[in-house]
Amino acid sequence: MRYLSYWSISATAIALLLAAPVLVIVANIFVPAGDVWAHLAATVLQDYVINSLLLMVGVTLGSCFLGVGTAWLVAMTQFPGRKLFEWALLLPLAIPAYIIAYTYTGMLDFAGPLQTALRELTGWGYGDYWFPEIRSIEGAAIMLALVLYPYVYLMARTAFIGQSLCVLDVSRSLGNGPWRTFFTVALPLARPAIIAGLSLVLMETLADYGTVQYFGISTFTTGIFRTWYGLDNAPAAAQLAAILLLFVFVLVTLERISRQRARYHDTSRRHQELRRYQLRGINKWLASLFCSGTLLLGFLLPAGQLLIWALTTAGEMLDTQFFSLLLHSLGLATAAAVLALITALLLAYARRLQPIAPIRYAVRISSMGYAIPGTVIAVGVIIPLGWLDNAIDSIMRSQFDISTGLIFSGTLFALLFAYLVRFLTVSLHAVETGLERITPSMDEAARSMSYTPLDILRKIHIPMLRGSLLTALLLVFVDVLKELPATLILRPFNFNTLAVRAYELAADERLADSSTAALAIVLAGILPVILLSYSLSRSRHEDTTGN
Amino acid sequence: MIKHLYKFITLLSGLICLQSASAAPVSEITLYSARKEALIQPLLTQFTQQTGISVNLLTAKADALLKRLSSEGMNSPADILLTTDAGRLYRAKAAGVTQAFDSSLLHSLIPASYRDPENHWYGLSLRFRPILYVKGKLDPAELSTYEALADSKWKHRICIRSSGNIYNQSLVASLIASNGTAATEQWAKSLVANLARPPKGGDRDQIKAAAAGQCDIAIANTYYLAGMLNSGQPDQVAAAKKMAVFWPNQAGRGAHVNISGAALTKASKNRANAIKLIEFLASDASQQWYAETNGEYPVRRDIPVSATLKNWGEFKTDDLNLSQLGTLNGEALMLMDRAGWK
Repeated sequence: MRYLSYWSISATAIALLLAAPVLVIVANIFVPAGDVWAHLAATVLQDYVINSLLLMVGVTLGSCFLGVGTAWLVAMTQFPGRKLFEWALLLPLAIPAYIIAYTYTGMLDFAGPLQTALRELTGWGYGDYWFPEIRSIEGAAIMLALVLYPYVYLMARTAFIGQSLCVLDVSRSLGNGPWRTFFTVALPLARPAIIAGLSLVLMETLADYGTVQYFGISTFTTGIFRTWYGLDNAPAAAQLAAILLLFVFVLVTLERISRQRARYHDTSRRHQELRRYQLRGINKWLASLFCSGTLLLGFLLPAGQLLIWALTTAGEMLDTQFFSLLLHSLGLATAAAVLALITALLLAYARRLQPIAPIRYAVRISSMGYAIPGTVIAVGVIIPLGWLDNAIDSIMRSQFDISTGLIFSGTLFALLFAYLVRFLTVSLHAVETGLERITPSMDEAARSMSYTPLDILRKIHIPMLRGSLLTALLLVFVDVLKELPATLILRPFNFNTLAVRAYELAADERLADSSTAALAIVLAGILPVILLSYSLSRSRHEDTTGN
Repeated sequence: MIKHLYKFITLLSGLICLQSASAAPVSEITLYSARKEALIQPLLTQFTQQTGISVNLLTAKADALLKRLSSEGMNSPADILLTTDAGRLYRAKAAGVTQAFDSSLLHSLIPASYRDPENHWYGLSLRFRPILYVKGKLDPAELSTYEALADSKWKHRICIRSSGNIYNQSLVASLIASNGTAATEQWAKSLVANLARPPKGGDRDQIKAAAAGQCDIAIANTYYLAGMLNSGQPDQVAAAKKMAVFWPNQAGRGAHVNISGAALTKASKNRANAIKLIEFLASDASQQWYAETNGEYPVRRDIPVSATLKNWGEFKTDDLNLSQLGTLNGEALMLMDRAGWK
C-alpha cells in the first residue's frame, strides 16, 4: 500500500507542476484590466464567441465525417488500395494547419491561378461569377478538418479493430447488414475513442492562430493577441484566455462524462482473423474514391503545391544551416515525445491505481494546455521560470556572493517543459483510451499473484498497450515538429527549427521561399507515421495469432 | 521499451548540458530581434567580420520578446532589442527594460523625429504606407489624402488588411494625432464601407487582389511591393507591375511612416559593444543594404536609395514624433473595433 501512495504522490506533484503555467494565466482573473472589458463586450466579444463556436461545429462535422468514415472503411471492409490508405490517411497530420491554409489560398484565391484561368477563359471580371471563398469561416473549418481528422481516424480505427469480433459476428448473424452493424453496434462501441479523438481536434481548433488570423476571422485566439499586442493589455488578454479555458473545461468534462457512462472493456481476447466486408461493384470504387479524395485534399494537393514552390527556391534555401534546423527539430520532437509518454504513463497509471479526486483533478488541469495558444502557454512558462531564476540568483548573491544568472529561462529545458504542458493531453489520451480497454480483472488477477503495480505495468500493460504507446509517441512527435509559437518565444538564442524558418519566411509573405522548410517538416513527419502504421498492423497481427 | 526510454533520457540530458556548457568567446553581445533572421543575420555576419564581436541572435515577435525581456529581468542576456515598429520601442521604454545612451554619431546621422527624445531608442530604417493604385483604372489626380479615401466615390474599391496588423494601427494612430479621435472614427467607418471585401491576408494579398481586379486601391507598405517586383516569380512580378505608388497628403503633413529601430536594454552587460552594433546598423553600408535587400528606405536622407525605390519618386514625410504612434496605439485599435474594421 505504501507503494501505491508513493506512486500517487509523485503523479500529483508532476500534474501540479504541469498545471502551473495554466494557473499563472488563470490567476490574472484577479488583476484589474481597466475599462477594456466594457469596450470588448460592446464591440467584438460577441464575434469571438460566435465565430469560435461556429468553427468548432464545422470542424467537428468535417473531421468526424472524414475520420470515422475512412476508419470504418479501412478497418472493416475490403476495397482496392485499402492497405495503402491504412497508413497514408495519417499523412495530413504532418502538415501544419497554417501551411495548408497558405497553399489552398495560393490555389483558390481570387488572384490565384484557378480563378485567373477561369476569368481568362470566360472573359468574366470581378463580381460576374460565384466562386467559393476559401478565406471564410467555412474555409477555415475545412482547412482545419483536413489536417486534424487523422486524430479521429487513428482513435476510431484502433477502436474498430480492437472491437471483439464476436460482437460484430452476433450482429451479422442477427441479419444486420454492414450499415446497420456500423450504426447500431460498431459506432456506439467506438464512441469513447471517437470522442477522445474529437476532443483533441477541438482543442487544437481552439488553439489555432495562424489559420484564422490569415483568413481574417475574429476568434478567441485572435482576440487574445489583439488585446495583448494591440491594446497592450496583458491582464485582459489573460482573462480572455481564461474564458477560453472555461470552454475547454466544459469540453474535457463532457468527454469524461461520456467516457464514464460508456466504458467498454474487451472481455474476450479470442479474436479471430478479421473477416472484412468484401465490397463489390460500384461500392468498392466509391470507398476508394472517398479515401483517395480525403488523401488528395488533405495531403497530396498541399504537399504538391509546396513541392512546386520548393523546386523553384530550394537552391537558395538549402543552405548549410538547413541540416542543423532539421537536427534541432528532430531532437526536440523526439525528446518531447518520450518525456510526454513517460509522464502520461505515470499519470494515467496513477489514476488507474487510485482513482481518487485529487489525482483526477490534478490530471485534468494539467492536460488543458492543448487548447491554449502556444504563445499564451509560453508566457505562462516564462513568468514563473523568470521569477524562480531571479529568486535563486538573489539568494545566492546575498548568501554566497555568487550570481547564478538564468538557470532555466532561455534553455531547452524551458522549451521542453512548455511542450509537455501543451502536448501532454495528446499522449495522455492515447494511453488512457488504451488502458481503459484492458479489463481491470486482469490487474486483479495479476495482483492476486502478488505482482507489484510496476510489474503489472511492465509485464502486462506495456506489452498490451504497445499500439497506444506508439500512437502517443508519434502524435506528440509530429505536433512538436509543427509547433511554432512556444518554440519562437522560448528557444535559446542562436537556435532555430524548421518550423521557425518556415514561419519567418511565410510571415514575410514569401510563401515560395518558406516552402522548402515546410516540406521538410512534412517529410520528417511522414517517416514516423509509416513506422506507426506498420507497427499497428503488426500488433494487430500478433493479437490475433498469439495465444 | 523501458530500456529505450532510458537511452532517450540520457541523450536528452546530454543535449541540455551541451547547450548550457558552450563556452562564451571573449566578446559577444546578444540581440533580441523582431526583424526576421533573413533580414538581419547578413548584417550581423558583416559586423562580426569587421569587429571580431560575435552576436547571438534570438528572433520572435516583438511583444513576446518584450515579455521575455521583462521576466528575465536584470539577468537577461539581451543587450539590444530590435523592433519593426515604433510602438513597440515606446512600449519597451515604458516597461522599463531599456536605458538611455548617448552617441554623437547616431545623433548626427538620424533625424530627431526618428529617435527617442530621451535617447532610449534610434530608428534604423523607414517603412512607408502609401496608397497603391492600379495603373489605368484611375487617374492619380483623383487621389489626394488618406482622409479622402472616406469619400463614397471609393465604395467597394479599396483593399486593406485587418486592423489586427500593427501598420494599420500605426496609420490610424497618426490620423488620430492629426485629426482627433472623433473625426478619425468617422473616417474609419466610411473606409470600412468603401472596402471591396472583408479584410484578409497580408499586404501582398491586397496588392494581388487589386492587380487581379478585385479593387482599384490597395494600402500596403512599399517594401512588399518592392519584394514582389524583385521576387523572380512571374505571377508576383506581373501583379506588382500593374500597380503604381501614390504619396498621399503631400500638400499637408506628408505620407505616413513607421520605423524599425533598436534600443539598448537595461540589463545589458556589454554596453560599449552593443552601441557599436547599433552604430554599425546606421552606417552607410548597412543603410544601403536595407534598401537593396528589403526595399526599405534608409533612415538617413544622405544615403542613395535603390533603383526600385527611386522610381517611386521623391515625397514629403509626416514628421510626427513616432513615440506618438506608441501612445495612441490602444486608442487606435479601440476606434477600429467600434468602426467594425475586422
